[in-house]
Amino acid sequence: MTKERLVVIGNGMAGCRAVEEVLKRDPARYDVTIFGAEPRVNYNRIMLSPVLAGEKTFDDIVINDEAWYRDNAITLHAGRAIKAVDIEGRKVIAEGGLEVGYDKLILATGSDPFRLPLPGSDLQGVVTFRDLDDVEAMVEASGKPNARAVVIGGGLLGLEAAYGLARRGMAATVVHLMDVLMERQLDESAGYLLREALAERGVETVLGAHSEEIVGRDGKVAGLKLKDGRVLPCDLLVMAVGIRPNAALAKAAGLQVNRGVIVDDAMRASDPAVFAVGECVEHRGNCYGLVAPIWDMCRVLAEALTDGEGAYAGSVLSTRLKVSGVDVFSAGKFAGGEGCEDIVFRDAARGVYKRVVIEGGKVAGAVLFGDAADGGWYFDLMRAGTDVAEIRETLIFGQAITEGLSGLDPSAAVAAMLDTQEICGCNGVCKGAITGAITTQGLTTLDDVRAVTKASASCGSCTPLVEQVIRLTLGDGFKAQAGPKPMCKCTHHPHGDVRKAIVEFELKSMPAVFQAMEWTTPDGCASCRPALNYYLLCAWPGEYVDDSQSRFINERVHANIQKDGTYSVVPRMWGGMTSPAELRAIADVADKYAIPAVKVTGGQRIDLLGVRKDDLPAVWADLNAAGMVSGHAYAKGLRTVKTCVGSDWCRFGTQDSTGLGIKLEKFMWGSWAPAKVKLAVSGCPRNCAESTCKDIGVICVDSGYEIHVGGAAGLHIQGTQLLTKVPTENEAIAVIAAVMQMYREGGWYLERIYKWMARVGLDTIRAATVDDLDSRATLYARFVVSQETAQIDPWAERATGGVAAGEFAPMATLPLEMAAK
Amino acid sequence: MTLQAHIDPHWRDVGAVTDIPERGARRVATAQGDVAVFRTGDGQVFALVDRCPHKRGPLSQGIVHGHGVTCPLHSWVIDLATGQPTGADAGKGCAPVVPVLVRDGRVLLAQPVMAD
Repeated sequence: MTKERLVVIGNGMAGCRAVEEVLKRDPARYDVTIFGAEPRVNYNRIMLSPVLAGEKTFDDIVINDEAWYRDNAITLHAGRAIKAVDIEGRKVIAEGGLEVGYDKLILATGSDPFRLPLPGSDLQGVVTFRDLDDVEAMVEASGKPNARAVVIGGGLLGLEAAYGLARRGMAATVVHLMDVLMERQLDESAGYLLREALAERGVETVLGAHSEEIVGRDGKVAGLKLKDGRVLPCDLLVMAVGIRPNAALAKAAGLQVNRGVIVDDAMRASDPAVFAVGECVEHRGNCYGLVAPIWDMCRVLAEALTDGEGAYAGSVLSTRLKVSGVDVFSAGKFAGGEGCEDIVFRDAARGVYKRVVIEGGKVAGAVLFGDAADGGWYFDLMRAGTDVAEIRETLIFGQAITEGLSGLDPSAAVAAMLDTQEICGCNGVCKGAITGAITTQGLTTLDDVRAVTKASASCGSCTPLVEQVIRLTLGDGFKAQAGPKPMCKCTHHPHGDVRKAIVEFELKSMPAVFQAMEWTTPDGCASCRPALNYYLLCAWPGEYVDDSQSRFINERVHANIQKDGTYSVVPRMWGGMTSPAELRAIADVADKYAIPAVKVTGGQRIDLLGVRKDDLPAVWADLNAAGMVSGHAYAKGLRTVKTCVGSDWCRFGTQDSTGLGIKLEKFMWGSWAPAKVKLAVSGCPRNCAESTCKDIGVICVDSGYEIHVGGAAGLHIQGTQLLTKVPTENEAIAVIAAVMQMYREGGWYLERIYKWMARVGLDTIRAATVDDLDSRATLYARFVVSQETAQIDPWAERATGGVAAGEFAPMATLPLEMAAK
Repeated sequence: MTLQAHIDPHWRDVGAVTDIPERGARRVATAQGDVAVFRTGDGQVFALVDRCPHKRGPLSQGIVHGHGVTCPLHSWVIDLATGQPTGADAGKGCAPVVPVLVRDGRVLLAQPVMAD
């Protein structure tokens, strides 16, 4: 009996694997002929990255060498592209005219790298990253001294190209359109960690970057120009922006083609003798670019070709990769979605981030960074649709712990632990060391145990375990203790620890804090985000970019929201002074925008109430035009400096209290603080400006200026305490600025000065701002630096449309006839 | 008129997903009142009637975190997917969900149903 003729177009991973699977099932059935466009045997394309990085050679990544083709009697036409397929005549026509007939044909033509149609993309030195020829071109370019590479595309392929080139000694920069690297596989937190890891390995990343033009010199690439005008010089430019199924041949042959070659569940194309497999395929609307689904397809195809049964139902995808020792895994709905809940685990010391997404009691996705050992387990749970409600508590800790603890309640599990088993990984404390310390030293609280043994004293993630050990050892003698209150439910760290860590570990972004302080939510909450935004702004003035979406509405739109959703607007009046011109402008604005209420405030300002959000920019523009700026009546920051008329007018006035108030306000406006800050300056001890119930108050006396701190007249009534008395106006300003800065750096978010003072002590404040002149000077200097970037009128920025243009107008207005049914 | 709106007259194109800040919201004004359209940190888009079940606070002005929004008036946390208050305020009314679709980067809003 003559064998059937099986022709395969494509000598890549899919084509050869399909043949292997067929041979495995029925080695004698077909006469196999393989055509490959590349002049070489079948190799593992995924391993081109290590070849580029110099970690492997081509020989290492060959899957099937010449002997395999020979032993299986396969005819290989390497370096011979197929020009056409004759469906009617059941034959393929190769380059040079060779025609080969078939009974069954497999299209495994793979995909082509997508080339951005940028000006200059035809310059020498612009390459893609697809086959060995590309790798050889890149290796050659990297050999030149001081060579620089730019890679367009921050997906898997682009990052591997950049990493490989960096390993070869090139300065490599990845330019990515999105704000997150590998955004199709990673969430923002993991993307941030990957970016950091790449930077450590010499790969720079530019995110949110639109490429505009490839700049050339003498026909060769010289740099990449971005839309924002930046030019990144380079000698090699790699385009790794994606792939497209290579379906041209199938289309020309008259087969049904959409994005890829359309196949049914048996991998059959629109002609019964033709099959397709791999990246060139479109199955149920999906095209795949990963290896696992391709293996699935090959198995199904082989069944179809050997009269077996099998149907391809599409693949659930997971990605696992390693960027120089960093393991990354992602699968499914890794970024959550409607009706999903997140379980997040971070281990700052090990650089680990894990997020498991649960939907309907089942694992719906996962992203793992730094430790991907349990990726396969989560993936299995996900594909099997296992109900994980029972193991939810320990799920995030992985398979070993979950299965080790299954059936045990947590305290039984702790009781079953050996004395030599480690409880606190950070400080290497075993269970026996803790129980020993409790019994010998009579410890009864978590804090005691922490102090003596250091267990749970570092990252704190073993705190529940340590508490279990104490409870087991002492029984009812255990005193549960709160300790410092965590910032919010997203973290176990209190405000103070977080502030300290931001400065000490130079944490400069919110994802950096989330990771270092082991946040348990992906992007914080309405309680911690504003706090962190302030802490970062305070620690890194001029460097940290304010995140408006982490601001409470009043600070985001620079006006105060009212119960009906309208806003109130309070222009600044320096020291409470105003003029006929300002009053006229305010009156005009109130008329023009039909503002329903105008009121005088306790801080000596005028409040325009009931302004529609859409009108805010125009209202501000008019007030700006009359010389007025934002009064920051909405700010956790400097609000008002209230004054009396002082020695200018008052027969009792001892100093120019109005003048000092204006000076203080002009110096300090715009500064953000943990909570609102109100100042007052009174010209004599009669205290008409009510200085002694302000956060910081000055009372002028004949011999100088008394500085009072820590007053409040709101939820709590609190008189100030006298900090010091100074002889000159300048010294008063210096001390007040130093107190303000000390509070800015040490206060907890929403903690007013009086509460901060009760916590740190008046003596501490006095020592740092009054007694120690060096300390006062450095605090003062830091305040001045922070004011350099703080004193920009937010109203002017928004009134001119430059900032937050989308904030005030509705996104769309649906007219009546469209909205009505 | 966009193609989508042409094909399916019940969906209104109200703008691009990127018109909504990440972890933020925008208002869509309709004849029956505002609709709040949210974009979460993981790129999902949700829409609710822009009215907190507590004291009618404009939810579009709140802080968006996870799949929730904290009302700017009294800090109720509303689940974006269901419009239901969460935590201690669970079960106390809801902000009606407005069906929303994202197609080719455009946000399509179903005709809002405003229950009074």
